[in-house]
Amino acid sequence: MDVLEKLAILTDAAKYDVACTSSGVDRSGQPGKTGSTVASGICHSFAADGRCISLLKVLMTNQCVYDCKYCVNRTSRDTQRTAFAPRELADLTINFYRRNYIEGLFLSSGVLKSPDYTMERMIEAIEILRTEYSFNGYIHVKSIPGADNSLIQRMGLLVDRMSVNIELPSEDSLGQLAPQKTPEAILRPMGLIRAGIEENKSDLVVYRHAPKFVPAGQSTQLIIGATPDSDHRILTLSEGLYKKYNLKRVFFSAYTPIVDDPMLPSLFSAPPLLREHRLYQADWLLRFYGFTANEIVDAKNPNMNLAIDPKCNWALRHLDQFPIEVSRASYERLLRVPGIGVLSARKIVQARRTCSLTFEGLRKLGVVLKRARFFVTCQGKVDEGVIIRPDTVLRGLLSKNDLRMLPAASGDQMTFLDVPDMARSLGGMPVNAYGYLPEKGTRENAKQYEFGIHI
Amino acid sequence: MQNNTNLVYIYDGTLEGFLCCVYESYVRHEIPVQIRTEEDAGQPLLLEETEWIRTDMEHAGKIYESIDRKIALEAQDFIREAFLTCLPDKEIFMYRFIRMGYQYGRSVMDRLTDDTVGALIKAVRNLRRESHNFMGFVRFTIYDGVMVSCISPKNRVLPLLSDHFTNRYPDETFLIYDRTHQMAVVHKPEGTLLTAMHHLSLPPIDDAEKAYHTLWKCFQKTIAIEERHNPKCQMNHMPKRFWADMTEFES
Ligand code: SF4
Repeated sequence: MDVLEKLAILTDAAKYDVACTSSGVDRSGQPGKTGSTVASGICHSFAADGRCISLLKVLMTNQCVYDCKYCVNRTSRDTQRTAFAPRELADLTINFYRRNYIEGLFLSSGVLKSPDYTMERMIEAIEILRTEYSFNGYIHVKSIPGADNSLIQRMGLLVDRMSVNIELPSEDSLGQLAPQKTPEAILRPMGLIRAGIEENKSDLVVYRHAPKFVPAGQSTQLIIGATPDSDHRILTLSEGLYKKYNLKRVFFSAYTPIVDDPMLPSLFSAPPLLREHRLYQADWLLRFYGFTANEIVDAKNPNMNLAIDPKCNWALRHLDQFPIEVSRASYERLLRVPGIGVLSARKIVQARRTCSLTFEGLRKLGVVLKRARFFVTCQGKVDEGVIIRPDTVLRGLLSKNDLRMLPAASGDQMTFLDVPDMARSLGGMPVNAYGYLPEKGTRENAKQYEFGIHI
Repeated sequence: MQNNTNLVYIYDGTLEGFLCCVYESYVRHEIPVQIRTEEDAGQPLLLEETEWIRTDMEHAGKIYESIDRKIALEAQDFIREAFLTCLPDKEIFMYRFIRMGYQYGRSVMDRLTDDTVGALIKAVRNLRRESHNFMGFVRFTIYDGVMVSCISPKNRVLPLLSDHFTNRYPDETFLIYDRTHQMAVVHKPEGTLLTAMHHLSLPPIDDAEKAYHTLWKCFQKTIAIEERHNPKCQMNHMPKRFWADMTEFES
């Protein structure tokens, strides 16, 4: 098989992994080497689905001895299999990189023969890149569940980011859909990578030139909508991962039905894109806005109200804390205002040092007032034409985009508590219009991942 | 200071030339209403009083240094970047910014609601965004070992791109040609040169190069998930004006 055919197959098999950022590490170029990295990451193209293309995202092989139910590469599926030779992949990467098609490589793989064997082949490809081709660009690798610690160590010294995909948000789901994987096989390498990064930090203090271990940190991915796991479970899991494992990012991947299986959403259900979008918004609130998972959803209301973004949702439930006064409110309080993001909050804090802010002034700063105007005052005044009542606020908050993304938005009559429940079942599990699977029985005592596993 | 309502300064189009306009305005105690280059000047308007300002490196240096001393070090970078933007009449905005800076000092950078400061900040942000976009969207085609790229940016992004790609490919030989401003950056392992260039003709590409174009197109197409098809989102992130020079969209 020629490289073009292999590339087509191994790209197609890798496309469901959503992480494609090249961020997290600034590394200047060096004479004698090819490449550099930029902390913010760089997008090189955008695919027809609107997602950023930053890295050459491929699998080492789509052969796999495992049989995870949700996966296109599972062993029981009838599909064409192939594998890159390590040098083939290294050549492709360096040649794409020199033409500025990509920031680097994102390598994942099915399990060929055994986890260790697979990791060794991946390491071989990356060693060719790093040593023979002096490649100094970005590399993100998915560690193979079950691989030996020493291989994870070796890999960690070669790459910028290493991640382990959790995929399923609870142990129960894992047991049902990926019975050959254990929570231990996922959490152990995550713990190992975290420990490696910490140890490396203290090494770097002593020896400035100590080789860096996973300098851009680790990330993971959760599949959304393949299991009945609630948003509460997903967000508390994410929060725990940020805190306990120092993860840089948790990515969410709306499940695209690719497999006909009674345990999974039917082949005819659409990927729950709106839910994925709202989870990313909630994730931002966790990472940059000082929110906790329990402020966004709790055990009583375990799923988000998808009609409206999570920050607006929070604000509507806490109208007593508004309006806030723009000329005095702290940066943290400003961040709680719907429509005011990190950039706007910073600009407000900066601009009010030299003048007193009016709504006109806010507009000049480029603060989008469409939502914010319902929640703030300037010098004690509300914006012209604004009446702060729950119903007016709600109408003001719904963007055209929100309305478009809602499955059965009927404009005026819709209230934000009204979540239509359109079953779209045609085989497989019925899914409601928002991509939530029905929860069976009480999930209260469903088994969650145990944190604090140490190695 | 005399505010002369029809005084126009003409300069040579360099940053130093612009700084000399600032210098002269202080020496002559007069405030121009416009500062522009010879090419932009065209026919002088009725009642317009034009003054040609000669570029003097020493005067330019004095003003440049005073920006750091009287305003802030960031203001120097800001002025250099503002000069690269495509903001219409950027010179007069920059001139007013420097005057305000002498008056208010460092805090001029915080006056985000002021029209002059606001316009410049917006223009600089736009420049940075465009330059960041091009760091990703530039496509090199390799001709006999030389990497060549053509772009049509709105702002003068070449100095920024030059730093980025020189750092990234120190040992390569590459050329980026900016059609809009008829400029090019040429990098060789021995050094980098920013130069005027009015025309660039290229030989046909060889088979090895064609093969990489095909591989890249295949990857770019295959990585999209059909169920998530969203061309509007694609276009928002990567407006059509960039496509013409990108390998993945060539026919
Ligand atoms: S181990 Fe990975 S590649 Fe193999 S079936 Fe499971 S998810 Fe798919």
